Parts: sequence; C-alpha cells; structure tokens
Amino acid sequence: MIGLAHFLAVAAIVFALGLYGVLTKRTIVGMLMGIELMLNAVNLNLVAFSRFITPEILTGQVFAIFTITVAAAEVAVGLALFFRVYRDRNTVHVARLNTMRW
Amino acid sequence: MNLALLSSEIAIVVLAVLLICFDLFMPHRETRRSLGIVAACGVLAVLVHSFTQYGTVGTVYGDYFVVDHLALFFKQVFLTATLLTILFSFGYVEKFTQNKGEFYALLLFALLGMMIMASAHDLLTVFIGLEIMAVVFYVLVGFDLENIKSSEAGIKYLILGSASSAVLLYGISWIYGFTGSLLFKEVAANMAATPAILMGLGLIVAGFCFKLSIVPFHMWAPDVYEGAPTPITALLAMGSKAAAFAVLLRVFLVAFAGLKLYWAPVLSVLAALSMIVGIVVAIWQSGIKRMLAYSSVAQAGYILSGLLAANAAGVKGMLFYIVLYMVATVGAFAVVVAVEEHSGSDAIAAFSGLAQKSPLLALVMTISLISMAGIPPLAGFAGKLYLFIAIAAQGYLWLVVIGFVMSMISVYYYILVVKAMYTHPVQDDRVLTVNGPLKLVAMVSLLATLFIGIYPEPLAELANAAARALW
Repeated sequence: MIGLAHFLAVAAIVFALGLYGVLTKRTIVGMLMGIELMLNAVNLNLVAFSRFITPEILTGQVFAIFTITVAAAEVAVGLALFFRVYRDRNTVHVARLNTMRW
Repeated sequence: MNLALLSSEIAIVVLAVLLICFDLFMPHRETRRSLGIVAACGVLAVLVHSFTQYGTVGTVYGDYFVVDHLALFFKQVFLTATLLTILFSFGYVEKFTQNKGEFYALLLFALLGMMIMASAHDLLTVFIGLEIMAVVFYVLVGFDLENIKSSEAGIKYLILGSASSAVLLYGISWIYGFTGSLLFKEVAANMAATPAILMGLGLIVAGFCFKLSIVPFHMWAPDVYEGAPTPITALLAMGSKAAAFAVLLRVFLVAFAGLKLYWAPVLSVLAALSMIVGIVVAIWQSGIKRMLAYSSVAQAGYILSGLLAANAAGVKGMLFYIVLYMVATVGAFAVVVAVEEHSGSDAIAAFSGLAQKSPLLALVMTISLISMAGIPPLAGFAGKLYLFIAIAAQGYLWLVVIGFVMSMISVYYYILVVKAMYTHPVQDDRVLTVNGPLKLVAMVSLLATLFIGIYPEPLAELANAAARALW
C-alpha cells in the first residue's frame, strides 16, 4: 500500500536533486531546470498532503495550480533574460557573469 | 463580500493596464513622460483614497485577504515609495532605448504585489503577492538593455530569487501538511513543536531572509542593487524589503507565535550578523549603489531585531523604522540618479565637489545618510531609539549593544561620502541640471527626515495604531 510517507519521500528526493542542480550547474538553463525540479517537489508535497490530510478540502491542489502558474511565469522571464545575457556576451556560463564583484 | 475593501488594488490594476494601452497607441516619437505623470497622479489618488479606509476593518474572500490598520499602514508606505520613485525616474527613463512606457506599468504591478502581501492573511495569498512582486522585479532589474550589468543582475536575481521561493514553498507545504490549513489563525491553533513543523519553519525563515537580504542570504543584494536601473534599486530597497517585513510580522507574530522559543534565537543571531557584516563590508565599497546595498543589509538587521520583542512596542519600532528608512533611501537614491545622469558613474568619486555644483542635492544626501547612521536630531535616531528600547525591555541587551556599536562604525563610511561632496575639488565644470520632479522628491525627503526626527509623535501614533491591529 502506497501511503503519504512514500509521496513525501519522493518529493524530498526530487527537491534535494533540484537544489543540488541549482547549486552545482554552471549554465543558466541547468539552474532553471533545477528550480523547476524544486517546484515540482513542492507540488507533489501539496497534492499528497491535500489527498491524505484534508481530503474533503482541496486547498493543497489549488495551491499546486498556483505554483505551476508562477513557475511558468518565472521560466518565461528567465528565458527572456537568458537570451539577453547570451546576446550581450555570447555565453551562458555562470562563471562569465562576473562584471560585478566586490 | 465587500469589494470596497479591494478598491485600492483594483484601482492600481486598472491604472497599470490603462498605461500599457496608452503606451501601445501613442506615437513612437512622443516621450513617455506623460505616462509617468498619469501613473504618478493615479498612485497619488489611491494614496489619498487609502486614508478614507481607516476605521473599516474587514476581510475579503473568506479570511484570505484582510484590511486592517497594519495593512493600510504598509500600503501607504508602498504607495508613497512608488509615487516618489516614479517622480524621480523621469529623467532616467528617457535614457532607455525601448519599452519606456512599460516601465511605469511594471512599477505599478510591483506595487500591486506589495499591497497584496500587506493584506495577505494566509500562506497562499502571501505566496501570490510575493511572486507578483518578485517576477515583476526580475523584469525591472534587467530592464536596461544598453547596460551589460543590468541583464547580469536580472538573471542572478531571477535564479537566486526563484530558488529561494522554491525553498519557501517547500516549507509552506510542510506547514500545510502538518497543521491542515494555510490560514494564519488556524495554523496557530494547530501548532505543535513537531520536527516536521520545525523543518517547515526553518525553510520559511530561510526563504524570507533571502527576500530581506539578511546575512547569510544577502549574496544577491550587492550585485542586483549595482546592476539594476537606479530607480529600481531604490524601490527594491524600500518597497520589496518593507513588503517582506509586512508578511514577516503576520507570519511570525500570528501563525508562528507559539514557536517563538524556536525562531527568536535564530532570528536574533541573523539580525546581529546582518548588522555586523552589512556595515563592515560597506566600508570597503567604492560604488555608492553597492555601499547602499550593504547598508540596506544592515538596516534590514536593525528592523528585524524589532520582531524579537514580539509585542506592540517592538512592532511599532519596526514600522517607524521602515518609514524613516524609506524617506532617507528615497532622498539618497534621488541624488544618486541625478549624479549618475550627470557624470555617468555611480562611484563615490563622482560625488566630489557636489556641494559646489548643487548645494541642495549635497544637503539632501548628507541628511539622508546621517539619518541612516542614526545621529540625533534626525529621524534615524528616533527610529533606533524606539527599536532598542523595545528589544532591551525583552532582555536582548547584547543585540542593542551590537546595534549601537555598529551604527557608530557606520557613521564612518557615510561621512566618507559627505567628505567627498564637501571637501573634494570639482572634477569638471559642467553645470549639473536637476529636473523639477527630482528636486521635489529631494525636498520631500529632506523635510520629512527633519520633521520625523524633531517631532516623531504623529508617525509614532500611526505606527502604534497599526501595531495594535496584530493583537
């Protein structure tokens, strides 16, 4: 029988993978993908909690829809900025984003 | 459902959409200053209207959106900050090569996000308001297409900001799972110090500390503040920070009030670290925007310390400090915009001899910086006094000592700028022209800083009334 703990475990693994991706990837697209993984882990958590903890109220599932919408907006803006950075300096490597440092 | 409670938000949305339409149908050769004036008038009208909302307390959409004195207080702070930002950015916007009209519309959408955050009464509304504001700010930070730093700052802000939002959301999902609700009051009622809830709390603290640029989550602030168009830097420093504090107050003093034992020690250490790191690192900066960025990290530490008192006196101190910080910041950034337009640089060296070129701007900058340092009789002194009294009464004397010592050290680098303006020789003999609206903003900032410093009672009363709305 698959219970709440299984969903939470999968979500935790996906979240950890996403965070690892954001912290270690050296290209902008890789980092954006890591962020997407983190947000999907959140969705998994929300839907699982909604199903197992409050099955009669759908707050968690509604929240997940909002999360998906916001994630789409973030990626849209992210890709626009990504194009801008690429046009400015012909690279998407984060190590080259070093015009400013203290 | 009482839609009148939503009138300010609705007005801002309508205004922003109208601005986009005007921009589309306006001939390309027209300057977009008229759009800025429309935006400024609209925001001013909403600000005036918001005073009529005092006394009406209520909730909309179930309990999800609340209008009370605290929300109104914060909305007026945001409206004022946006209004002043629009006024002093006219000249700056002319430099953009495209999309000038959208700039004002986007500012209004950022304002909308902040206003929703001020009224949010559950974690979902908090998230939506936060993201409206954040996504708009990602765009605005990268708005200057001619400046290579701007897109770099934009993408850095986007990646770090989205990652921190994801961390915050993950925390929210755990809180939702183990309390069964998103509403602050129900979260508080079902609160228990279980490991799962404490983990959620920790993730939420990390997410918010990022938005507030509290050490050790402040890494983005200097780069973003430096690369963003200067009016946006100003609004980030004033508005986005104040909005995060508006949410923080409700989340920690309503939803997580029962876990104060756990979050208070963590936040007190983070506040102390912010004061120390912000002020010590600011000393080494040669660019004024970077210097103000580190100084804003320290100021966030000061404001955060008020939360530790967890009573009306502490919240009153925070609200008071937020207002005077906004007033001082808007003055400082208005001067930075004027100098940047004149010399094309934001280095502190560009301020050499400003007192001879424009005595008014030099005076405004001096008063703003000294107010931030907290020297009497300016507003900053009264603000620090309220905060320190409130937290000392709750036994955080060590934090008061750190705050006091650090504000003395901060005088040093603020005075460096003042010294450059008053004693260094003028670098060139070009005349520095200042446009009318910018001069107006500078004057407002100057007078408000002096007024609040000498006669703080009216603002303190307002802050007090707002703080009591929490209990």
